Amino acid sequence: MSMVREAPGRPAAEFRVTRSRRNVAWTGAVALIVVVVLAYFPYIVYSGTTTIMVQAFIVLTLACMWNLLAGYAGLVSVGQQAFVGLGAYLVLILAIGGTSPFAALPVAAIGCGVAALPMWWLVSRLRSGYFAIATWVLAATIMLIIEKFSSIGGGTGMPLPGLSGFGPVLLSAYTYWAGLTVTVLALVAVYLLLRGRLGLSLTAIRDDEVAARSAGVRVGLARLLVFVVAGAGCGAAGGLLAISQLQVQPSAVFSVQWTAEMAFATIIGGLGTIEGPILGTAVYVVLQQTLSSYNAWYLIILGLVAIIVALFARRGLWGLVDGRLHLRLFPVGYWLRTPGATGRPGAGSD
Amino acid sequence: MAWVNAVIQGVLTGGLYALFACGLSLMFGVMKVVNLAHGDLAVVAGYVAIGIITVTHIPVLWSFLIVVPVMAVLGYVLQRTFIQGALDRSVLTTLMVTFGLSVVIENGLLQFFTANSRAIGTNLALVSGSFNLGSQIQIAYLLVVIFAVAVVVLLGLQYYLSASKYGRLIRASADDREAAQLAGADYRHVFGIAAAIAFGTVALAGVAYGMYSQLAPTTGTDTILLFAFAAVVIGGLGSLWGTLVGGVVLGVAQQIGAQINISDEVLAGYLVFLAVLVLRPQGLTTRRTHS
Repeated sequence: MSMVREAPGRPAAEFRVTRSRRNVAWTGAVALIVVVVLAYFPYIVYSGTTTIMVQAFIVLTLACMWNLLAGYAGLVSVGQQAFVGLGAYLVLILAIGGTSPFAALPVAAIGCGVAALPMWWLVSRLRSGYFAIATWVLAATIMLIIEKFSSIGGGTGMPLPGLSGFGPVLLSAYTYWAGLTVTVLALVAVYLLLRGRLGLSLTAIRDDEVAARSAGVRVGLARLLVFVVAGAGCGAAGGLLAISQLQVQPSAVFSVQWTAEMAFATIIGGLGTIEGPILGTAVYVVLQQTLSSYNAWYLIILGLVAIIVALFARRGLWGLVDGRLHLRLFPVGYWLRTPGATGRPGAGSD
Repeated sequence: MAWVNAVIQGVLTGGLYALFACGLSLMFGVMKVVNLAHGDLAVVAGYVAIGIITVTHIPVLWSFLIVVPVMAVLGYVLQRTFIQGALDRSVLTTLMVTFGLSVVIENGLLQFFTANSRAIGTNLALVSGSFNLGSQIQIAYLLVVIFAVAVVVLLGLQYYLSASKYGRLIRASADDREAAQLAGADYRHVFGIAAAIAFGTVALAGVAYGMYSQLAPTTGTDTILLFAFAAVVIGGLGSLWGTLVGGVVLGVAQQIGAQINISDEVLAGYLVFLAVLVLRPQGLTTRRTHS
């Protein structure tokens, strides 16, 4: 006798638990093709286009990480620029020591992940809103400390050495590939993390923290893990920023504008979905390029749109797509298919 | 003697920081809203004051009579629209909305009024004057006045919240808004009034800082919001007197830091903040641990 009692007249075989509401095997294939086409870009487009793409890769990587923090772990951090800055400075320091800036990128990511541990120890003492400002103060403190070291440029910053050996065309192509690699790795890492045990824990915490805690979910550990991964991701994006700008300036890399951009892209695209940040980054790039001659206007408009989306369309643009098409390109949840309602199931959670 | 001077100056600037923190603390205490646009709104108040003074040529101090009510009305309106709307959804939404407001206001100021910094009433005797204590200690009248205003505002708020009828209503709505609603109080209106009071203090803080130093679009976050927050955490969350203690500790830490190395003023304040976070996360004045 099996432990699970079957309902009379309703064989259990008719229930199916799937990862998604539709077969998304083709998503993986399409994603692969997209990545291959993107990898081919430096051969077919002008370097001006790849420069814009690198900027998009930076924002997309950051948005992925902010989505992990705010959309899944319930941590609104407005101090992620701490990791952007640290990543940029780690690349700079390693480059001064003679390492190639490209080889320094993974080290910067790991370094920022490690730096996230003591930072978590400090800021996790405060909750929600005060956590948010605490991360901001921490970012400001780290910037002030780094500015004290004149050997890495002090308060004015310095150009990034170690890239003069590349010709301009080769350098922009390498920067582009590095950006593509960082972004794809960030997306894959977030996707796999959320499909695994951590994703389940985070969903449980998001739905009911007390219940999750009492069911044995280690809430603190799950959040710490997210903070570390987000730190590493933002650090890699910061390193990429240093390479693409060819210089590191403390007030630029530690600017709260980075957090504003990653947060707005995530909120507009759709918080708590993997597709959201991608869509949000596309909106960001279009706005930024259209309004590039009007200084900060793109940020003002992005901010206003993000406020409206947060208030009136909480699942963002992707929420609108998903609501109409029942589509998940990167399914991380589970879906219960009940007999007789296979097309549009009435119950489930993603 | 330089150290004594640093401590005295620090205590006095602490009054200014307590004034910064007052509105942040009140909004959190009543609505559980951490207003990330707090500092930028203070800068807006300062810019409004500058605009009024330039256009109407009224005496500088009279501008308070206009700016404080204007900001109070703005506070009521913002609370009833954006902030309450976000609050009805989730605490996370209030953070996203107020962060959005902060970025929009800061960049809007940058766009319309450039990055130049502006001061308020520099030709006023109150703003530029000072008196001497002994031969080495020089105390600005303005800082003494600001400290006194901070104490009066905190005392007034404490009395208002604990003893007045409407203050009791605010505390009741803060404790349990459904119960207050059942008892006939419209908690949305009550929250609006609390936000109006908080924004009134924000206006005082913004104009006071414009007189003490200079206002620029970025002052709102990198000085006012972060210092206000540090003062709140050092003093202890949810305690108005703690806010004054926190402001004073932050001010003294900064002045002593500046005494060691002039460029370490801000860093010293943040390091003391982090030390308090590690050693006494509940703050210096509160006893029970917060959740």
